[in-house]
Amino acid sequence: MFLQHLLNGITIGGSYALIALGYTLVYGVLKLINFAHGEIYMIGAYLGFILISLIPAMPSFLQGNLVLVLLVVLLFAATICSLYGFYLEKICYRPLRGAPKLTPLISALGASIFLQNFVMISMGAKDRIFPQTIGMQSISMGGVSFTLLQLVIIFSSIALMALIYWFINRTRLGIAIKATSTDPFMASLVGINVDTVISVTFMAGSFLAACAGVMIGLYYGSINFTLGYLGGIKAFTAAVLGGIGNVPGAMIGGFLLGIIEALGAGYFSSDYKDVYAFFILIAVLVFRPAGLLGKGVNERA
Amino acid sequence: MNGRNLRYDIFFYLGMLLICVPFLKAHTAYMPLVFLGVWGLRRFAAFAEENRKITSIREQMVSTVQMHQRLTVGIILAVALLVPFASSNYLIEVLTSAILYAILATALNITVGLTGVLVLGFIGFYAVGAYTTGILTAKFALCGFWVALPLSGLVAMLFGILLGIPALRLKGDYLAVVTLGFGEIIRIFLTNINGLTGGPNGILGIKRPSFGFFTLDHPRDFYWFALAILALIVLMVARLVNSRYGRAWIAIRENEMAASALGINVFRKHLLSFSISAFFGGIAGSLFAVKQGFISPDSFTFYESVLVLCMVVLGGIGNVVGSVIGALLLIAVPEFLREFSMYRMLVFGAVMIALMVFRPSGLLGSRRITQEIKDCEDEGQ
Repeated sequence: MFLQHLLNGITIGGSYALIALGYTLVYGVLKLINFAHGEIYMIGAYLGFILISLIPAMPSFLQGNLVLVLLVVLLFAATICSLYGFYLEKICYRPLRGAPKLTPLISALGASIFLQNFVMISMGAKDRIFPQTIGMQSISMGGVSFTLLQLVIIFSSIALMALIYWFINRTRLGIAIKATSTDPFMASLVGINVDTVISVTFMAGSFLAACAGVMIGLYYGSINFTLGYLGGIKAFTAAVLGGIGNVPGAMIGGFLLGIIEALGAGYFSSDYKDVYAFFILIAVLVFRPAGLLGKGVNERA
Repeated sequence: MNGRNLRYDIFFYLGMLLICVPFLKAHTAYMPLVFLGVWGLRRFAAFAEENRKITSIREQMVSTVQMHQRLTVGIILAVALLVPFASSNYLIEVLTSAILYAILATALNITVGLTGVLVLGFIGFYAVGAYTTGILTAKFALCGFWVALPLSGLVAMLFGILLGIPALRLKGDYLAVVTLGFGEIIRIFLTNINGLTGGPNGILGIKRPSFGFFTLDHPRDFYWFALAILALIVLMVARLVNSRYGRAWIAIRENEMAASALGINVFRKHLLSFSISAFFGGIAGSLFAVKQGFISPDSFTFYESVLVLCMVVLGGIGNVVGSVIGALLLIAVPEFLREFSMYRMLVFGAVMIALMVFRPSGLLGSRRITQEIKDCEDEGQ
């Protein structure tokens, strides 16, 4: 039973980690919490839903191949969502660069309400049910049962994390992001275009969030326009748990939160499933704001 | 406007349209119109910025309202007192809920506007106040409304202090998120502690307040009662702003380090503003409970917190009268646009962004902060 909960926790945790990476990356370069990030994740889930409903219309060589279909859906949803991230930054954050801290927070809240209602109006307020066509074969192994989809989700979230880790540490653009996180002014002095870097950061974060959205949508089988709120908060908790601004921290925090939630729901009470995240969030913020991996946070908000 | 700018704009809006395509349905098919409107507004804003006349008219209007604030308040109060004679019961109900929101906005304005602390779970205090009244007067019928009203405020204040002591050590974004978590935790607990709160079904049969021989059953009477409490609270807050504490709060908002260097105990002043704000939030909650006669956790969602925050922001962060006007605008105006109620929140979101980008001080703005900006400009010249 324990292993079963653990596996479910890891499946969800991988998605939390992907969203948390978006928070952490943006916090790194802008020292700002992107409150609308959860909505990007929700939009990703809806895009996944729209695309998966289109599967019957896809070419036949795609239809039978789970991995290929998932790849196409993920890539498409993620590309559109990274554009959402781009525009979000352009419209809500860029004009407010250097304004008092409260201002971008409120505009982010506005963006979050706007996107949520935009999706509600266009897609309806009712739950949308995913057509259950993908990877539902159940596999049993040593008392633990899981679906093929679950395996694919765990595998793809780890692959995406490896991808982003490579991107940040090995590519020029990624190193520019790191430089900007350390010191935007110095970065601009050595010829890094800080505006571009910030745009790219938002796009990368949204890319990951969209992938998480598609996977969570497939996993739970139904999505709602309010998905982004709770998902966003939980992922933010994961980012804080690992130490905000810290990339490996966000990954560990995501998995840890997923596991804690699954175990809590399994062993205590699933009524309070959503409360665990909030309690962890408050406890971490109050007792160790730097998070697990953070080194003494400079608390000048 | 030059060609390059225009070309950039076209690409910008075309791209935005493109990302909306997957969501274009019958309802949102006129999205292009919205973008065209936004584009036009941006052009107009740029034009207005260049054209002195439009800017000065706006400044004059704002400064007239600010100069004659007392007169404005008097007129608003007189109109508010007389309105029930000329309106239907339905309209009175709407206005009464606008008044409750105005109390909430005024209370939230103490933390957000005066001390500059963003609170995202303010509705939690409202819920605590409402449930205190519900539990005391209806569920266990321990006491009447007149005892429950101050108790609701005090219990909410207690929650404020309990939350504030650990949370106020944090700053900015972190604090905002902790308060958000508080609001959610309150709601989830209200839904799950069945014995005390009635769970998802809530509490029924909360009676209207009565003066012994006279019960405030008619919507009109309750409207006046709520209005009186609102007026009292606005008066108290307005006096508070100009007191020693209010000045300390504003000093903290403007520059925390300088304020603490002047000997202001920042943490204590924050806690004070937090608990006062929670107290008024609880009072509003108590009024809400007796107005509805029925409360359930559904009335205390995150959406409500955001709505109240919108009112504060719209009216002008830090402006006491502004919060009341913001509440009236956000509750009463949508009532007249019922057919478009679906788009209400969509517009709210867009307005919040637009306000922050174009006019961060809100419709009225805080007089003090405007004054300071003006002083700085004078020095600069």
